[in-house]
Amino acid sequence: MIAVIDYKAGNLTSVMKALHAAGAEATVTSDPEVVAAAEKLVLPGVGHFSATSFLEEHGLKPVIEQRVQAGVPFFGICVGLQWLFEGSTESPQTRGLGVFSGRCERFDSKLKVPHVGWNSIDVSQSKLMEGVDSGAFVYFTHSFRAPVVSETVAVTGYGSAFTAAVERGNVMGVQFHPEKSGSVGLRILENFVRLSKC
Amino acid sequence: MLTKRIIACLDVNAGRVVKGVQFVDIVDAGDPAELAFRHAAAGTDEIVLLDITATHEGRGTLINTVQRTAKQLFVPFTVGGGIRTIEDAAAVFDAGADKVSINSAAIARPQLIDEIGNKFGAQAVIVAIDARRAQASEDAVGDAEVFVSGGRKPTGRKVIEWAREAESRGAGEILLTSMDADGTRAGFDCELTARVSEAVQIPVIASGGAGTADHFAEVLSRGKADAALAASIFHFGIADARTLKAEIAKHGVAMRLPC
Repeated sequence: MIAVIDYKAGNLTSVMKALHAAGAEATVTSDPEVVAAAEKLVLPGVGHFSATSFLEEHGLKPVIEQRVQAGVPFFGICVGLQWLFEGSTESPQTRGLGVFSGRCERFDSKLKVPHVGWNSIDVSQSKLMEGVDSGAFVYFTHSFRAPVVSETVAVTGYGSAFTAAVERGNVMGVQFHPEKSGSVGLRILENFVRLSKC
Repeated sequence: MLTKRIIACLDVNAGRVVKGVQFVDIVDAGDPAELAFRHAAAGTDEIVLLDITATHEGRGTLINTVQRTAKQLFVPFTVGGGIRTIEDAAAVFDAGADKVSINSAAIARPQLIDEIGNKFGAQAVIVAIDARRAQASEDAVGDAEVFVSGGRKPTGRKVIEWAREAESRGAGEILLTSMDADGTRAGFDCELTARVSEAVQIPVIASGGAGTADHFAEVLSRGKADAALAASIFHFGIADARTLKAEIAKHGVAMRLPC
Protein backbone atom coordinates (compact mmCIF):
# COMPACT_ATOMS: atom_id res chain seq x y z
CA MET A 1 0.00 0.00 0.00
CA ILE A 2 1.22 3.49 -0.90
CA ALA A 3 0.49 6.24 1.60
CA VAL A 4 -0.28 9.54 -0.12
CA ILE A 5 0.44 12.08 2.59
CA ASP A 6 -2.22 14.74 2.92
CA TYR A 7 -0.89 17.96 4.45
CA LYS A 8 -3.93 20.01 3.46
CA ALA A 9 -2.31 21.75 0.50
CA GLY A 10 -4.44 21.43 -2.57
CA ASN A 11 -6.45 18.50 -3.81
CA LEU A 12 -5.20 14.96 -4.25
CA THR A 13 -7.84 13.61 -6.63
CA SER A 14 -5.61 13.73 -9.70
CA VAL A 15 -2.64 12.13 -7.96
CA MET A 16 -4.79 9.28 -6.63
CA LYS A 17 -6.37 8.71 -10.02
CA ALA A 18 -2.99 8.55 -11.76
CA LEU A 19 -1.50 6.23 -9.12
CA HIS A 20 -4.41 3.86 -9.65
CA ALA A 21 -3.89 4.07 -13.40
CA ALA A 22 -0.22 3.18 -12.79
CA GLY A 23 -1.37 0.04 -11.02
CA ALA A 24 -0.89 1.13 -7.42
CA GLU A 25 -2.99 0.61 -4.35
CA ALA A 26 -2.93 3.93 -2.55
CA THR A 27 -4.60 5.65 0.35
CA VAL A 28 -4.73 9.29 1.41
CA THR A 29 -3.65 9.85 4.99
CA SER A 30 -2.44 12.37 7.57
CA ASP A 31 -1.98 9.69 10.21
CA PRO A 32 1.65 9.02 11.29
CA GLU A 33 0.77 5.40 12.09
CA VAL A 34 -0.53 4.75 8.58
CA VAL A 35 2.60 6.42 7.18
CA ALA A 36 4.80 4.25 9.39
CA ALA A 37 3.12 1.08 8.10
CA ALA A 38 3.10 1.99 4.38
CA GLU A 39 5.30 0.25 1.80
CA LYS A 40 5.85 3.47 -0.12
CA LEU A 41 5.30 7.15 0.51
CA VAL A 42 4.11 9.85 -1.86
CA LEU A 43 4.24 13.50 -0.85
CA PRO A 44 2.28 15.52 -3.39
CA GLY A 45 1.63 19.18 -3.03
CA VAL A 46 0.78 22.35 -4.74
CA GLY A 47 0.72 25.77 -3.24
CA HIS A 48 2.92 27.39 -0.64
CA PHE A 49 6.08 25.91 0.87
CA SER A 50 4.87 26.95 4.35
CA ALA A 51 2.11 24.32 4.06
CA THR A 52 4.79 21.66 4.69
CA SER A 53 5.02 22.90 8.31
CA PHE A 54 1.89 20.73 8.77
CA LEU A 55 4.23 17.73 8.57
CA GLU A 56 6.17 18.91 11.60
CA GLU A 57 3.10 20.05 13.53
CA HIS A 58 1.37 16.70 13.10
CA GLY A 59 4.27 14.42 13.90
CA LEU A 60 4.69 13.25 10.31
CA LYS A 61 8.20 14.56 9.66
CA PRO A 62 10.07 12.22 12.09
CA VAL A 63 8.10 9.23 10.79
CA ILE A 64 8.92 10.09 7.18
CA GLU A 65 12.58 10.61 8.10
CA GLN A 66 12.73 7.24 9.84
CA ARG A 67 11.00 5.39 6.99
CA VAL A 68 13.21 7.04 4.38
CA GLN A 69 16.31 5.95 6.34
CA ALA A 70 14.90 2.42 6.44
CA GLY A 71 14.87 2.41 2.63
CA VAL A 72 11.14 2.82 2.06
CA PRO A 73 10.64 4.37 -1.40
CA PHE A 74 9.63 8.03 -1.19
CA PHE A 75 8.30 10.17 -4.02
CA GLY A 76 7.80 13.93 -3.71
CA ILE A 77 5.83 15.88 -6.30
CA CYS A 78 6.18 19.65 -6.86
CA VAL A 79 6.32 21.17 -3.35
CA GLY A 80 6.94 17.57 -2.26
CA LEU A 81 10.23 17.65 -4.21
CA GLN A 82 11.14 21.09 -2.87
CA TRP A 83 10.64 19.82 0.68
CA LEU A 84 13.44 17.27 0.11
CA PHE A 85 15.87 20.21 -0.10
CA GLU A 86 16.97 22.32 2.85
CA GLY A 87 14.27 24.93 2.44
CA SER A 88 12.79 27.58 0.21
CA THR A 89 12.97 31.34 0.10
CA GLU A 90 9.17 31.20 -0.22
CA SER A 91 9.01 30.49 3.50
CA PRO A 92 12.48 30.90 5.06
CA GLN A 93 11.36 29.81 8.53
CA THR A 94 10.04 26.44 7.29
CA ARG A 95 12.71 23.73 7.14
CA GLY A 96 12.75 21.02 4.51
CA LEU A 97 13.89 17.44 5.04
CA GLY A 98 17.39 18.32 3.82
CA VAL A 99 18.08 15.07 1.95
CA PHE A 100 19.44 17.21 -0.88
CA SER A 101 21.52 20.32 -0.37
CA GLY A 102 20.52 23.79 -1.38
CA ARG A 103 17.44 25.96 -1.16
CA CYS A 104 14.61 26.57 -3.59
CA GLU A 105 14.34 30.06 -5.00
CA ARG A 106 11.83 32.07 -7.01
CA PHE A 107 12.27 32.28 -10.78
CA ASP A 108 13.91 35.37 -12.21
CA SER A 109 11.49 38.30 -12.16
CA LYS A 110 12.07 38.91 -15.88
CA LEU A 111 10.21 35.68 -16.65
CA LYS A 112 6.51 34.93 -16.64
CA VAL A 113 5.84 33.36 -13.25
CA PRO A 114 4.42 30.81 -12.49
CA HIS A 115 6.27 28.62 -14.99
CA VAL A 116 3.18 26.96 -16.46
CA GLY A 117 3.03 24.45 -19.27
CA TRP A 118 4.79 21.59 -21.01
CA ASN A 119 8.56 21.82 -20.92
CA SER A 120 11.18 19.27 -21.98
CA ILE A 121 13.45 17.36 -19.63
CA ASP A 122 17.08 16.28 -20.05
CA VAL A 123 17.30 12.90 -18.44
CA SER A 124 20.19 10.97 -16.91
CA GLN A 125 20.13 7.29 -16.07
CA SER A 126 18.04 6.55 -13.00
CA LYS A 127 15.34 4.26 -11.67
CA LEU A 128 12.72 6.96 -11.87
CA MET A 129 13.40 8.02 -15.45
CA GLU A 130 13.77 4.53 -16.88
CA GLY A 131 12.18 4.38 -20.34
CA VAL A 132 11.87 8.17 -20.55
CA ASP A 133 13.96 9.89 -23.20
CA SER A 134 15.62 13.28 -23.09
CA GLY A 135 13.41 15.75 -24.89
CA ALA A 136 10.21 14.26 -23.46
CA PHE A 137 7.65 16.83 -22.36
CA VAL A 138 6.06 17.06 -18.92
CA TYR A 139 3.66 19.53 -17.33
CA PHE A 140 4.92 22.09 -14.82
CA THR A 141 3.20 24.71 -12.72
CA HIS A 142 5.34 26.40 -10.06
CA SER A 143 6.97 29.68 -9.07
CA PHE A 144 9.95 28.35 -7.10
CA ARG A 145 12.62 25.99 -8.38
CA ALA A 146 15.17 23.65 -6.84
CA PRO A 147 18.90 23.96 -7.71
CA VAL A 148 20.69 21.39 -9.84
CA VAL A 149 22.60 19.03 -7.52
CA SER A 150 24.73 15.93 -8.06
CA GLU A 151 21.65 13.72 -7.51
CA THR A 152 19.62 15.56 -10.17
CA VAL A 153 18.35 13.05 -12.75
CA ALA A 154 16.32 15.39 -14.97
CA VAL A 155 17.05 19.01 -15.76
CA THR A 156 14.76 21.62 -17.29
CA GLY A 157 15.55 25.09 -18.51
CA TYR A 158 13.42 28.13 -17.79
CA GLY A 159 15.61 31.22 -17.63
CA SER A 160 18.30 28.94 -16.20
CA ALA A 161 18.54 25.22 -15.45
CA PHE A 162 16.73 23.74 -12.46
CA THR A 163 16.04 20.27 -11.05
CA ALA A 164 13.06 18.60 -12.70
CA ALA A 165 13.76 15.26 -11.01
CA VAL A 166 16.09 14.08 -8.28
CA GLU A 167 16.98 10.63 -6.96
CA ARG A 168 19.25 9.14 -4.31
CA GLY A 169 18.64 5.53 -3.42
CA ASN A 170 14.91 5.27 -2.90
CA VAL A 171 14.36 8.98 -2.24
CA MET A 172 12.97 10.65 -5.33
CA GLY A 173 11.10 13.71 -6.41
CA VAL A 174 9.84 15.54 -9.45
CA GLN A 175 9.07 19.22 -9.87
CA PHE A 176 6.54 18.60 -12.62
CA HIS A 177 3.18 16.88 -12.31
CA PRO A 178 3.44 13.28 -13.53
CA GLU A 179 -0.31 12.89 -12.90
CA LYS A 180 -0.89 15.57 -15.55
CA SER A 181 1.88 14.68 -17.99
CA GLY A 182 0.13 12.14 -20.20
CA SER A 183 1.85 8.86 -21.00
CA VAL A 184 5.32 10.12 -19.96
CA GLY A 185 4.00 10.99 -16.51
CA LEU A 186 2.25 7.64 -16.12
CA ARG A 187 5.48 5.86 -17.05
CA ILE A 188 7.36 7.72 -14.30
CA LEU A 189 4.66 6.84 -11.77
CA GLU A 190 4.81 3.19 -12.88
CA ASN A 191 8.58 3.23 -12.37
CA PHE A 192 8.02 4.36 -8.80
CA VAL A 193 5.15 1.93 -8.18
CA ARG A 194 7.33 -1.00 -9.33
CA LEU A 195 10.23 -0.17 -6.98
CA SER A 196 10.89 -2.38 -4.04
CA LYS A 197 12.50 -1.52 -0.73
CA CYS A 198 16.29 -1.37 -0.84
CA MET B 1 12.14 24.68 -23.87
CA LEU B 2 8.77 25.79 -22.50
CA THR B 3 6.23 25.24 -25.25
CA LYS B 4 3.13 27.27 -25.99
CA ARG B 5 -0.07 25.45 -25.10
CA ILE B 6 -3.02 24.60 -27.33
CA ILE B 7 -6.13 24.24 -25.21
CA ALA B 8 -9.42 22.68 -26.24
CA CYS B 9 -12.49 24.23 -24.68
CA LEU B 10 -15.70 22.29 -24.16
CA ASP B 11 -18.71 24.56 -23.63
CA VAL B 12 -21.16 22.43 -21.72
CA ASN B 13 -24.90 22.80 -21.24
CA ALA B 14 -26.86 20.18 -19.28
CA GLY B 15 -24.12 17.60 -19.68
CA ARG B 16 -23.62 18.07 -23.44
CA VAL B 17 -20.94 20.00 -25.35
CA VAL B 18 -22.42 22.86 -27.36
CA LYS B 19 -21.04 25.65 -29.52
CA GLY B 20 -22.49 29.00 -30.49
CA VAL B 21 -21.36 31.99 -32.50
CA GLN B 22 -20.80 35.12 -30.41
CA PHE B 23 -22.58 33.44 -27.50
CA VAL B 24 -25.80 32.62 -29.49
CA ASP B 25 -27.02 30.03 -32.08
CA ILE B 26 -26.10 27.05 -29.95
CA VAL B 27 -25.70 23.59 -31.53
CA ASP B 28 -24.88 20.16 -30.05
CA ALA B 29 -21.28 18.95 -30.41
CA GLY B 30 -21.16 15.75 -28.34
CA ASP B 31 -20.31 14.09 -25.03
CA PRO B 32 -17.75 16.00 -22.88
CA ALA B 33 -15.93 12.95 -21.47
CA GLU B 34 -15.54 11.41 -24.91
CA LEU B 35 -14.45 14.66 -26.56
CA ALA B 36 -11.96 15.50 -23.79
CA PHE B 37 -10.36 12.08 -24.07
CA ARG B 38 -10.14 12.37 -27.84
CA HIS B 39 -8.59 15.85 -27.66
CA ALA B 40 -5.95 14.70 -25.16
CA ALA B 41 -5.12 11.65 -27.27
CA ALA B 42 -4.75 13.89 -30.33
CA GLY B 43 -2.12 15.98 -28.56
CA THR B 44 -4.11 18.85 -27.04
CA ASP B 45 -2.09 20.25 -24.14
CA GLU B 46 -4.94 21.04 -21.84
CA ILE B 47 -8.72 20.77 -21.53
CA VAL B 48 -11.13 23.44 -20.31
CA LEU B 49 -14.75 22.64 -19.55
CA LEU B 50 -17.08 25.64 -19.24
CA ASP B 51 -20.60 25.28 -17.92
CA ILE B 52 -22.15 27.99 -20.07
CA THR B 53 -25.57 28.13 -18.47
CA ALA B 54 -24.47 27.41 -14.89
CA THR B 55 -27.94 27.21 -13.42
CA HIS B 56 -28.42 26.24 -9.82
CA GLU B 57 -30.32 23.08 -10.84
CA GLY B 58 -27.52 22.13 -13.22
CA ARG B 59 -24.77 21.93 -10.56
CA GLY B 60 -25.30 18.24 -9.86
CA THR B 61 -25.12 17.46 -13.56
CA LEU B 62 -21.94 19.50 -13.84
CA ILE B 63 -20.18 17.69 -10.98
CA ASN B 64 -21.15 14.39 -12.55
CA THR B 65 -19.84 15.56 -15.94
CA VAL B 66 -16.55 16.72 -14.36
CA GLN B 67 -16.11 13.36 -12.66
CA ARG B 68 -16.76 11.44 -15.83
CA THR B 69 -14.47 13.69 -17.85
CA ALA B 70 -11.60 13.66 -15.36
CA LYS B 71 -11.65 9.89 -15.06
CA GLN B 72 -9.49 9.07 -18.08
CA LEU B 73 -7.78 12.44 -18.44
CA PHE B 74 -4.08 12.80 -17.64
CA VAL B 75 -3.53 16.33 -18.88
CA PRO B 76 -4.41 19.54 -17.00
CA PHE B 77 -8.15 19.99 -16.65
CA THR B 78 -9.87 23.30 -15.88
CA VAL B 79 -13.53 23.79 -15.01
CA GLY B 80 -15.43 27.06 -15.10
CA GLY B 81 -18.93 28.47 -15.07
CA GLY B 82 -21.03 29.29 -12.05
CA ILE B 83 -18.22 29.02 -9.48
CA ARG B 84 -19.25 31.63 -6.93
CA THR B 85 -17.90 30.39 -3.63
CA ILE B 86 -14.96 28.48 -2.25
CA GLU B 87 -17.37 25.56 -1.68
CA ASP B 88 -18.29 25.54 -5.40
CA ALA B 89 -14.57 25.45 -6.22
CA ALA B 90 -13.88 22.68 -3.70
CA ALA B 91 -16.65 20.51 -5.19
CA VAL B 92 -15.16 20.88 -8.66
CA PHE B 93 -11.63 20.07 -7.40
CA ASP B 94 -12.96 17.01 -5.57
CA ALA B 95 -14.57 15.87 -8.81
CA GLY B 96 -11.15 15.91 -10.50
CA ALA B 97 -10.49 19.41 -11.83
CA ASP B 98 -6.96 20.81 -11.50
CA LYS B 99 -7.90 24.45 -11.93
CA VAL B 100 -11.04 26.52 -11.77
CA SER B 101 -11.86 29.40 -14.02
CA ILE B 102 -13.80 32.23 -12.41
CA ASN B 103 -15.36 35.15 -14.21
CA SER B 104 -18.54 37.01 -13.14
CA ALA B 105 -18.20 35.93 -9.52
CA ALA B 106 -14.68 37.37 -9.33
CA ILE B 107 -15.90 40.73 -10.62
CA ALA B 108 -18.77 40.69 -8.13
CA ARG B 109 -16.48 39.73 -5.26
CA PRO B 110 -12.75 39.93 -6.12
CA GLN B 111 -11.85 38.43 -2.73
CA LEU B 112 -12.91 35.07 -4.21
CA ILE B 113 -9.60 35.00 -6.12
CA ASP B 114 -7.61 35.35 -2.88
CA GLU B 115 -9.74 32.75 -1.12
CA ILE B 116 -9.38 30.01 -3.74
CA GLY B 117 -5.70 30.85 -4.26
CA ASN B 118 -4.93 30.65 -0.56
CA LYS B 119 -6.66 27.32 -0.15
CA PHE B 120 -5.75 25.54 -3.40
CA GLY B 121 -2.71 27.49 -4.64
CA ALA B 122 -2.40 30.20 -7.28
CA GLN B 123 -1.80 27.58 -9.98
CA ALA B 124 -5.39 26.42 -9.46
CA VAL B 125 -7.04 29.79 -10.19
CA ILE B 126 -7.67 31.12 -13.66
CA VAL B 127 -9.44 34.45 -13.93
CA ALA B 128 -11.46 34.52 -17.14
CA ILE B 129 -12.09 37.92 -18.68
CA ASP B 130 -14.63 38.49 -21.44
CA ALA B 131 -13.44 41.64 -23.20
CA ARG B 132 -14.87 43.98 -25.77
CA ARG B 133 -12.92 46.76 -27.45
CA ALA B 134 -14.10 50.27 -26.51
CA GLN B 135 -14.97 51.34 -30.05
CA ALA B 136 -15.85 54.88 -29.03
CA SER B 137 -12.50 55.42 -27.34
CA GLU B 138 -9.32 56.71 -28.99
CA ASP B 139 -7.53 53.76 -27.43
CA ALA B 140 -10.10 51.03 -28.19
CA VAL B 141 -7.70 48.30 -27.08
CA GLY B 142 -6.29 49.95 -23.96
CA ASP B 143 -9.79 50.92 -22.85
CA ALA B 144 -11.35 47.52 -23.66
CA GLU B 145 -14.15 46.75 -21.22
CA VAL B 146 -14.90 43.68 -19.08
CA PHE B 147 -18.27 42.00 -19.66
CA VAL B 148 -19.89 39.40 -17.42
CA SER B 149 -22.83 37.00 -17.39
CA GLY B 150 -21.77 35.20 -20.54
CA GLY B 151 -20.96 38.47 -22.27
CA ARG B 152 -24.35 40.04 -21.65
CA LYS B 153 -23.50 42.66 -19.02
CA PRO B 154 -20.97 45.49 -19.28
CA THR B 155 -19.15 46.20 -16.00
CA GLY B 156 -17.55 49.56 -16.67
CA ARG B 157 -14.18 48.03 -15.70
CA LYS B 158 -11.16 48.18 -17.94
CA VAL B 159 -9.66 44.85 -18.98
CA ILE B 160 -6.02 45.74 -18.34
CA GLU B 161 -6.66 47.16 -14.91
CA TRP B 162 -8.80 44.14 -13.95
CA ALA B 163 -6.14 41.69 -15.19
CA ARG B 164 -3.58 43.45 -12.98
CA GLU B 165 -5.86 43.27 -9.98
CA ALA B 166 -6.52 39.57 -10.59
CA GLU B 167 -2.76 38.96 -10.70
CA SER B 168 -2.11 40.90 -7.51
CA ARG B 169 -4.85 38.91 -5.75
CA GLY B 170 -3.11 35.68 -6.67
CA ALA B 171 -4.57 34.45 -9.97
CA GLY B 172 -2.25 31.94 -11.64
CA GLU B 173 -3.35 32.65 -15.21
CA ILE B 174 -5.63 34.94 -17.21
CA LEU B 175 -8.02 33.52 -19.80
CA LEU B 176 -8.78 36.41 -22.10
CA THR B 177 -11.72 36.05 -24.49
CA SER B 178 -12.23 38.67 -27.14
CA MET B 179 -15.98 38.95 -27.62
CA ASP B 180 -15.38 40.86 -30.83
CA ALA B 181 -13.49 37.93 -32.30
CA ASP B 182 -15.33 35.04 -30.63
CA GLY B 183 -17.00 32.65 -33.04
CA THR B 184 -15.89 34.55 -36.15
CA ARG B 185 -12.98 32.19 -37.01
CA ALA B 186 -11.29 35.31 -38.39
CA GLY B 187 -8.35 35.30 -35.97
CA PHE B 188 -7.62 36.20 -32.35
CA ASP B 189 -7.47 39.80 -31.16
CA CYS B 190 -3.67 39.98 -31.11
CA GLU B 191 -3.45 43.65 -30.12
CA LEU B 192 -5.63 43.18 -27.07
CA THR B 193 -3.90 39.95 -26.07
CA ALA B 194 -0.44 41.52 -26.35
CA ARG B 195 -1.48 44.52 -24.25
CA VAL B 196 -2.83 42.31 -21.47
CA SER B 197 0.14 39.93 -21.64
CA GLU B 198 2.57 42.83 -21.28
CA ALA B 199 0.60 44.26 -18.37
CA VAL B 200 0.89 41.15 -16.19
CA GLN B 201 3.62 38.69 -15.27
CA ILE B 202 1.36 35.61 -15.18
CA PRO B 203 0.57 33.54 -18.29
CA VAL B 204 -2.22 34.72 -20.58
CA ILE B 205 -4.44 32.31 -22.53
CA ALA B 206 -5.92 33.85 -25.69
CA SER B 207 -9.43 32.89 -26.69
CA GLY B 208 -11.94 33.83 -29.35
CA GLY B 209 -11.56 33.84 -33.11
CA ALA B 210 -9.48 30.74 -33.86
CA GLY B 211 -9.96 29.61 -37.44
CA THR B 212 -6.62 28.51 -38.88
CA ALA B 213 -3.14 27.44 -37.76
CA ASP B 214 -1.87 30.89 -38.83
CA HIS B 215 -4.22 32.50 -36.32
CA PHE B 216 -2.73 30.42 -33.51
CA ALA B 217 0.84 31.12 -34.61
CA GLU B 218 0.10 34.83 -34.75
CA VAL B 219 -1.44 35.17 -31.29
CA LEU B 220 1.32 33.01 -29.77
CA SER B 221 4.02 35.22 -31.27
CA ARG B 222 2.85 38.76 -32.08
CA GLY B 223 -0.03 38.47 -29.60
CA LYS B 224 2.44 37.42 -26.83
CA ALA B 225 -0.01 34.78 -25.57
CA ASP B 226 1.36 31.84 -23.57
CA ALA B 227 -1.46 29.57 -24.66
CA ALA B 228 -4.36 29.67 -27.07
CA LEU B 229 -7.79 28.17 -26.64
CA ALA B 230 -10.34 27.06 -29.19
CA ALA B 231 -13.53 25.03 -29.28
CA SER B 232 -15.43 24.72 -32.51
CA ILE B 233 -12.28 24.42 -34.64
CA PHE B 234 -11.72 21.03 -33.00
CA HIS B 235 -15.23 19.72 -32.52
CA PHE B 236 -16.28 19.60 -36.11
CA GLY B 237 -13.09 18.00 -37.31
CA ILE B 238 -11.69 21.19 -38.84
CA ALA B 239 -8.35 20.54 -37.27
CA ASP B 240 -7.00 17.82 -35.05
CA ALA B 241 -4.49 19.06 -32.53
CA ARG B 242 -1.55 17.08 -33.90
CA THR B 243 -1.86 18.52 -37.40
CA LEU B 244 -2.61 21.95 -36.05
CA LYS B 245 0.45 21.95 -33.76
CA ALA B 246 2.75 20.76 -36.53
CA GLU B 247 1.50 23.66 -38.67
CA ILE B 248 1.98 26.17 -35.85
CA ALA B 249 5.51 24.87 -35.22
CA LYS B 250 6.39 25.65 -38.84
CA HIS B 251 5.96 29.32 -37.93
CA GLY B 252 8.71 28.96 -35.33
CA VAL B 253 6.42 28.68 -32.29
CA ALA B 254 7.57 26.06 -29.73
CA MET B 255 5.04 23.23 -29.56
CA ARG B 256 4.93 19.92 -27.69
CA LEU B 257 5.70 17.57 -30.59
CA PRO B 258 5.53 14.67 -31.18
CA CYS B 259 2.57 14.18 -28.95
